[in-house]
Amino acid sequence: MKKPGIADYPMAETQGKAVCGPRGVALDQITLDAVMDGSIGIDDLRITRAALHAQADIARDAGRAALAQNFERGAELIDVPQDVIMQTYEMLRPGRVQSKQALLDQADMLRRDYGAEQIADFLARAAEIYHRRGLFPKD
Amino acid sequence: MTQTPPPNRWRRYSEWDDRPLRLDKFAREDAANGFAAFSSPNDPKPGLEISQGRIVSMDGVLAHDFDMIDAFIADHHLDLDIAREAMDMDPDVIARMLVDMHVPRADLVRLARGMTPARLADVVSRLNTLEITFAYARMRPRKTPGNQAHVTNAKDDPLQLAADAAVAVGLGFDELETTMRVSRNSWSNALACVVGSCVGRWGTLFQCSSEEAEELRIGMAGFTSYAETVSVYGTEKSFTDGDDTPWSKAFLVAAYASRGIKARCTSGGGAELLMGFHEAKSLLYLEARCLCLQRGMGVQGTQNGGIDGAPLTATLAGGMREMMAENLLAVWLDLECASGNDARATESEIRVGAKIMPFLMAGSDFICSGFGSILSYDNSFNASLFNGEELEDYLVLQRDFEVDGGLTPLPETDALSLRARAVDAISAVLEELDLAQPTAAMKASVVVASGSRETDSFTTGATTRISEAIEKRGLTVIDVIRALAKRGFQPEAQNLLHLVKLRVSGDYLQTSAIVRDGHVISAINDPNVYAGPGTGYRLDEDRRDQINGIRDMIGQPEVLSAQAIHKKAESRRITYLEAGPAAKGQSATEVVIGISPAFGQQLFQTTAGHNLSDVLRRLIDGVERGGAKARVVRMHHTADTSFLGLSAAQMAGSGIGIGIQAKGTAVIHAATRLPHNNLELFSNAPITTLDHYEAMGCNAAAYTRGEEVEPILVPTQGEALGARYHAQVALIHAIETGLVEPGRTPDDVTLQFLGTGDQQ
Repeated sequence: MKKPGIADYPMAETQGKAVCGPRGVALDQITLDAVMDGSIGIDDLRITRAALHAQADIARDAGRAALAQNFERGAELIDVPQDVIMQTYEMLRPGRVQSKQALLDQADMLRRDYGAEQIADFLARAAEIYHRRGLFPKD
Repeated sequence: MTQTPPPNRWRRYSEWDDRPLRLDKFAREDAANGFAAFSSPNDPKPGLEISQGRIVSMDGVLAHDFDMIDAFIADHHLDLDIAREAMDMDPDVIARMLVDMHVPRADLVRLARGMTPARLADVVSRLNTLEITFAYARMRPRKTPGNQAHVTNAKDDPLQLAADAAVAVGLGFDELETTMRVSRNSWSNALACVVGSCVGRWGTLFQCSSEEAEELRIGMAGFTSYAETVSVYGTEKSFTDGDDTPWSKAFLVAAYASRGIKARCTSGGGAELLMGFHEAKSLLYLEARCLCLQRGMGVQGTQNGGIDGAPLTATLAGGMREMMAENLLAVWLDLECASGNDARATESEIRVGAKIMPFLMAGSDFICSGFGSILSYDNSFNASLFNGEELEDYLVLQRDFEVDGGLTPLPETDALSLRARAVDAISAVLEELDLAQPTAAMKASVVVASGSRETDSFTTGATTRISEAIEKRGLTVIDVIRALAKRGFQPEAQNLLHLVKLRVSGDYLQTSAIVRDGHVISAINDPNVYAGPGTGYRLDEDRRDQINGIRDMIGQPEVLSAQAIHKKAESRRITYLEAGPAAKGQSATEVVIGISPAFGQQLFQTTAGHNLSDVLRRLIDGVERGGAKARVVRMHHTADTSFLGLSAAQMAGSGIGIGIQAKGTAVIHAATRLPHNNLELFSNAPITTLDHYEAMGCNAAAYTRGEEVEPILVPTQGEALGARYHAQVALIHAIETGLVEPGRTPDDVTLQFLGTGDQQ
């Protein structure tokens, strides 16, 4: 399929049948009746990797590469559970981990378990800079 | 013996001391201690050295000495394909491009990607306040301006939050932000505000400002749709002191995207100064670093322009201009801008009005990043620049200058019904989800309350129990939608579902996205393209009508119906018998009182609210008390005070006359004088009392005898009488002039005073 661009925006209006939640329910099918009969739950109201990639494509088409990259990093975190997100955020805060290696290990885990390549590279770069700026007490 | 020393102070200074302005403090410029708005000797010279595709130094710092902020900016902000061209350009040329309507916005956005923080700050500091305003109007990303409200209260009362959220939505705010007095109440606040925000229409985005991890969890449960508490700082030490780094914040921004939640960062001049880690750099330079960082992080937008630092920044010379320059930098870097104007930076209402004005003229994605829609004491973020108290002032500014500040006047009856509906809706949800049982008395007290001091509703502690139950039971927005629909709040349930569905497509994650009339609009499908007059954002007729629709306007129907009310009572007090053409009097003690064409015919009260019968009686009493005789004559040929007076004087045997219009403006005139060179003029009718009219009659009598007369002074307190009365005066005067018959000579009038007019 052709990459979406600014002409396809907003996706909810141009692609209402194609834009789906994580369980494959299309936006058009998310109705109050469906919520009331229990066939739609909170899990159908989350963004998907595909939707974030579509928004990244649109952002890039509008000349916003940095925003697109953020959406792509976000797409990698879609399946990362909340506690792992918060744990990773915590590790990135100053002085939380004792060594560069701990942050690199977290990067490897995210790459291995969730396929989060860009996020892993992002963490590795943080580890390098933190090391240089003396944020790891044990290094 | 003690001697009282003579006063040695001009008392005006004591009066100035008492004005609210003097509560504001003003700081001396002191760059070494960080008190410098636009430039400091410690700011680096702009510069960028690139070798073999790598940055060797930036703004005078070698790459291996980069702190975390430099490193992040070098990695993610600077586009090396553009940098050489942008950094080699004459900064004066770039400054002129910012105000050149022929240079497309996109060209400037492209150049900004190749510029270092020091160069960006250098360029905008070359613009004066007007140029910054104009450049901001050109560069902001979304064409249609918007606004954001704070919705909080001093008790964290959910009933009031829902009611106030509904009112804020009714006023047209595009985003609502809440926070708590007690942090544990975050879940309850979120629930209450989101329910209130779905009363009336859907599409107002909502956030609950709380601790990072909790804010993300509240967002995951579907209660909120955006976040703006991702704070960044311009020095490394401030950043780590704030317990974060550029990477931790950038990670958080990506995490929000992964949850389909719109996010913006927060920064603002004065933050580093407040935190004590300013490195003796100027506010603008540090903010330029913050903004390059934000662009590099890939966040769609920022909340900047002082923010929490605004009150401090406003103490500096050029502080207000600096905050505007910050906002310009943000939009030049293509970031959505919620442009501050939130923390109340002054006690002076004049400074408040001046602060907001450039933003009303230029427009902004969000003019205020927190307009206090509630009373200032209920604002849990602290008082805003504008609060519930001053909301109507803001609405009138929109109308005065025909600018779109994002708000729409809300008719009083609509406000009341929105509040009642919101309180019923949140109460139904609290009951249905077994969280609380609001009583009828609690609900009733909230609906009509202006603020939490007037409510008899949930206490902060009771709210905490609600909040903890929501969190513990893992309730989500789906439970709320079901509860609303089950209890008959179908429209609100549907509205809330629409809101949550936004996150599935993620359209509202794009730059400057808001929802208007059920559609997401952003910099993608509503780009700000300004190329001179007739382009860019313009008020269309419908929007102009909305902004114009403030309450209690007056027109001729209102004036006539007000006068009609007095007509009946006056007919019981006085009759005017027209006794044929008036001749010139012969008695040297005669004073003629010339009344205007509509006097007692179509108009019955002065602007001060005196019955015309009383005014005439007191004028005649005064003339007689002064030892002269009064004759009343109706003029038909003029309604002008001077000519009423002069014509009366010319008809009087004494050569002294009084002219009076129905609105109460009066003059004492002499037949020998030029029309506008009268003896005494009583131009301030709204403050002219019946005693003044009697004294006027008395003085007129004294003039007949050629005595030295002490003119009557009607003292003013400096009221803006024109503002209060001129619309009414002009309408009244049009009624007078409508009855003027230029060729018709004056008629004698025989008056009959009948009584008080109060009976029956």
